[in-house]
Amino acid sequence: MDFTFNDDQLAFREAISRFLMTEAAPEMLREIWETDIGRSRDLRNKIAEQGLTALSVPEAEGGMGMDDVTWALMTQELGYYAIPDSLADTAYVATGLLADLPAQHPARADLLPRIADGSLRMAISHPVNALVSDAQLAEVLILVHGDEIHVVPRSEVNVDNHLSIDASRRLGQVTWTPSAATCIASGEQGRALQAQLLDRGALSVAGQLLGLAQRMLDLSVDYVAQRKQFGKPIGSFQAVKHHLADVARYIEQAKPVLYRAAHALARGDVNAGVRVSQARLAANEASWIAARKGIQVHGAMGYTWEVDLQMFMKRAWALDSSWGDRGFHKTRVSDYLFADATGLGPGHTFEE
Amino acid sequence: MDLTYTPKQNAFRAEVRTWLAANLPREPFASYDSREGFEQHRAWEAKLFDSRWSMVMWPAELGGRGSDLIEWLIFEEEYYGAGAPMRINQNGQLLLGPTLMEFGTQEQKQRFLPRMAASLDMWAQGWSEPNAGSDMAAITSKAVLDGDHYVINGQKTWSSRAIYADWLFGLFRSEPGSTRHHGLSFIMVPLNTPGVSIRPIKALNGKDAFAEVFFDDVRVPLNNRIGAEGQGWHVAMATAGFERGLLLRSPARFQATARKLVELYKAHRVSADRDPGLRDAVLDTWMCAEAYAMSAYYTVGRLSRGEQIGAESSINKIIWSELDLKMHETAMRILGARGELVAKGAQAGDAAGWLEGFLFAQSGPIYAGTNEIQRNIIAERMLGLPK
Repeated sequence: MDFTFNDDQLAFREAISRFLMTEAAPEMLREIWETDIGRSRDLRNKIAEQGLTALSVPEAEGGMGMDDVTWALMTQELGYYAIPDSLADTAYVATGLLADLPAQHPARADLLPRIADGSLRMAISHPVNALVSDAQLAEVLILVHGDEIHVVPRSEVNVDNHLSIDASRRLGQVTWTPSAATCIASGEQGRALQAQLLDRGALSVAGQLLGLAQRMLDLSVDYVAQRKQFGKPIGSFQAVKHHLADVARYIEQAKPVLYRAAHALARGDVNAGVRVSQARLAANEASWIAARKGIQVHGAMGYTWEVDLQMFMKRAWALDSSWGDRGFHKTRVSDYLFADATGLGPGHTFEE
Repeated sequence: MDLTYTPKQNAFRAEVRTWLAANLPREPFASYDSREGFEQHRAWEAKLFDSRWSMVMWPAELGGRGSDLIEWLIFEEEYYGAGAPMRINQNGQLLLGPTLMEFGTQEQKQRFLPRMAASLDMWAQGWSEPNAGSDMAAITSKAVLDGDHYVINGQKTWSSRAIYADWLFGLFRSEPGSTRHHGLSFIMVPLNTPGVSIRPIKALNGKDAFAEVFFDDVRVPLNNRIGAEGQGWHVAMATAGFERGLLLRSPARFQATARKLVELYKAHRVSADRDPGLRDAVLDTWMCAEAYAMSAYYTVGRLSRGEQIGAESSINKIIWSELDLKMHETAMRILGARGELVAKGAQAGDAAGWLEGFLFAQSGPIYAGTNEIQRNIIAERMLGLPK
């Protein structure tokens, strides 16, 4: 029983965090998000140079072969710096799917090295998501049809764009015609891979939501420490302190749930999906509380376009239902909890 | 990260489980807020000690097993999972014990720790005073030096089960004229010393759950002081840290309650589902209890990497106290009209246990530092907000 991250994981996280702090500052993100495509090739290339896109590509295909547990840290960084969807979707969720294909599968050799070197942007459809994020911009899409999974070039699909209140999001409705040529998995295997896709997508959002919550907390702490009323910083008043203490509490409470879920995916636990849904519900709650309390302690400034808080709040609100809304995740946990065969109570928390 | 128990850890779990199955009395214990129940719990503690289960983390020479924190968590899971009773000497074993290990002299450790592990000495706390509650530095009870003794005068209050206890530890003002957290000493007082009088305070359950303790020229030898003269605040803060931290309220107890709540909901599903909020509350509290368990293991992991835990202890305290309250509130609402029934009538059945827990849960956000104080600590020490 070892509930720790190793030095490599922690050092990598630290490096990515330091890198994004300078390369993905809010004022730069605002500029990128205001462009039509909303993405910067330059930033994407720099992120790839840091190794992030190669993180879970198997070593044989030019990557580092790290697992979900490392992504539980990295997705928090992506959330903290509000990095748009396609990075985690490509480098974590799509890579996870491709790496689960049999060793000789042509899609692996075709796509994984391009993901690792950062040249490929992918988008993923799944029945839990009505719209596909970054569909317009992706070179290749992973599309689900019944129990099949298809890998389809962008040129073979139509995308109808939709705008989100989160200016970083680029959502598209995808129409396409399935063909045998693009199908990479079906039947039992297709269903299993779709389930994995969903769990990784949901875990990725959980990590990002926690990162967003931490960012909103940090912004709020900075604000209440410098904003003065009645002759002193408003952060010295208990009513304000207690708002932010609650945010810290929900973030800290959710972190081990996220890590336990990531480990469940990596270890292939029978109830990994339930663990992921627990992590999602905890992270969803933490991020919405961080947004609500954050805007409250910012006063009217929090309601402005000018103050950065809005960027992170809107992203937290938008991601809330991505890769399964709360109803979906709550149903999964409740089906497990209220089933007669479920072993509950002390000692069952880390069951495989 | 590897969240798999080792074969040794699994064997330890099996050993605890086997022992409890053979030794845990089947009939429920009486309330420890009564003389009869208190002695029943003390006898159980002695039985735990005889098989070296009372303090698994303490070294073998003190009657423990030298277990690490993971084994301790496993012990707690099996203990509360089996429905074993609340531990009655936690003031001593979990609060004073670690304090003695850190600040006590060799002589003090020898004198107090083995008897504490065996619950031959039962300990009460002496922090609060009528005008020193959340503001503990307002303590006025005095300990005046007189040769090789302190002479103690003053009053302590809210001391849980002090009328049944053998010893009290707490803070006393030993430097004349000192104020706030300066000039306090951490002193252990035998409660049978002449000049000590104890007056029970009836709690809302009608039982003598806590007490006022009066000191009238009580003479206590100097070697009952822990740490240096006037350094009591420093010693006490370490004690408060243990209390709020990992040890005092391990997750297993709350996981066991969460499981019982799921069972209660299932048994009353038809009536409970008339209020859609109840199913949600059961789900929510179960997830919170699980999250608290995961957090305990994660904290152990962080400690093993040499990290310190600080204000996270305050987060834990808020989590378990609010969780316990919400679980019992939910149970009361599921029980409906039976919820108010105390243990005597035929209709009460399992409801009475929930009622008792519900009453006790009201105290959770208050004792061991109110949750408002905890939120101040989180805001000031973890988030760095100004005082």
